[in-house]
Amino acid sequence: MFDYLCVSSFIIVYMLKLLGKFFIFLNELFTRRESAKVYWYRFLDECITIGIDSVLIIAIVALFIGAVTCVQIFANLVSPVIPLYIVGNIVRDMTLLELSSTFMCVVLAGKVGSNIAGELGTMRITEQIDALEVMGINSASYLVLPKLLAAVFTFPILAIFSGFLGIFGGYLAGTLTGILTPEQYIYGIRFSFIPYNLTIPIIKSAVFGFLIATISAYKGYHTRGGALEVGKASTAAVTNSCIAILIADYLLAELLT
Amino acid sequence: MIEIKNISKAFNGKVVLENVSGIFKKGETSLVIGASGTGKSVLLKCMLDLVEPESGDVFFDGREFLHISENDRKDLRREMGVLFQGGALFDSKTVHQNIKFPLDMLTKMSEGEKNDRVEFCLHKVGLDGTGPRMPSEISGGMKKRVGIARAIVMNPKYLFCDEPNSGLDPLTSIKIDELIKEITDDFNITTVVITHDMNSVLSIGDNIMFLYKGKKIWEGDSTTIMTSSVKELDEFVFSNHALKKLRGEYSK
Repeated sequence: MFDYLCVSSFIIVYMLKLLGKFFIFLNELFTRRESAKVYWYRFLDECITIGIDSVLIIAIVALFIGAVTCVQIFANLVSPVIPLYIVGNIVRDMTLLELSSTFMCVVLAGKVGSNIAGELGTMRITEQIDALEVMGINSASYLVLPKLLAAVFTFPILAIFSGFLGIFGGYLAGTLTGILTPEQYIYGIRFSFIPYNLTIPIIKSAVFGFLIATISAYKGYHTRGGALEVGKASTAAVTNSCIAILIADYLLAELLT
Repeated sequence: MIEIKNISKAFNGKVVLENVSGIFKKGETSLVIGASGTGKSVLLKCMLDLVEPESGDVFFDGREFLHISENDRKDLRREMGVLFQGGALFDSKTVHQNIKFPLDMLTKMSEGEKNDRVEFCLHKVGLDGTGPRMPSEISGGMKKRVGIARAIVMNPKYLFCDEPNSGLDPLTSIKIDELIKEITDDFNITTVVITHDMNSVLSIGDNIMFLYKGKKIWEGDSTTIMTSSVKELDEFVFSNHALKKLRGEYSK
């Protein structure tokens, strides 16, 4: 019993310390800021790296996931009393509620998260971050804040894009393979539509963007050592971001639905 | 003038620096020397507040540096230029942009003035015409020169160089040493160089501090270092084969 209490308290203290460090890091982003002009140019650069450069991978993933969802639902829809347009209906809800935000952000955690952690980790071990500090520049704010803003801004746009392509992927798979007619699919995606559901992927992806950018930046910024540690920081950034996304996904599902 | 007082630092209970004090005078090239792992770079990082020392103070012309507000420290940092061991150039920027970066961030100069200043610094380090090149396209020695150009672009009062000769061939090392000495004399600044290169010690060391296991155990200049009676310093200085041979010749 005593051992159990010791281990539990040790884990709790460790987690609280880690959380405390993370919040101190977040605080650093918003203190001693540089001029707005500097952030504006860096924000635009990051929107390209984080947002535009991710369009292709998101398009491919969304199209195929939509298509696979359509085929799987049809294959498992064994009852003849269920009309075929329900396939389109389920594809729409699955895409809007989960796939276009959660699934897309798990993919982006791999692409964007590892990129952020790798970039900052390399800058740390090659003393580029120290060089910024000795110039009197708040390196955390200068490097991370534009990434964070770009992620929170571009992820919802990518989610809308991903949602559209997911539903379109389902349409292509459904109609080209003869599962259902285009009219049935269109009727299905319009059937009992709740406009509020459109806001869910936008809110979720903004939150996930915040988590991916901050967690990955934290891991990269605090890298110590050499190339091996940069690799470890990138891996930790991706895994921790994915866990955070899944926890946040559950909490948001409870809050938003 | 830079004065350090009783700087101590430990990592996970292991003492790396123990009550290191010293004065680095204006217009002189001061060297901090010692074998690897003696705390030279940690001392430099403590002086720049990149690593927080357990105790001690650093004064820049009588102005305290470590225990002041972040804004005051930011102002003081503008008077410093630092050359890092690997150059620490920003990979995503060209040579020109790297040197111009401090001017963009910290001054309100016009574009024309900034470009003139960058060209002047590039000329000073002998790299005219390399502005458009990326750091990945230039040699190690050139990276160090660009690092020096970036360090002096803000017209600093204090210049810090961390192992400026590491990874360079002897001829390029000599050129870098000469450049550091020339800049110190021309701009009449306080220069602190961390090194273990005996060539630098003998050629540019106006004032030399020897660290051994985190403690300062000797201080002098490039003449007195050859005749020192401190055993640890003697071993360090004459670990070089050429110098060992030279001493043999002298003793004959």
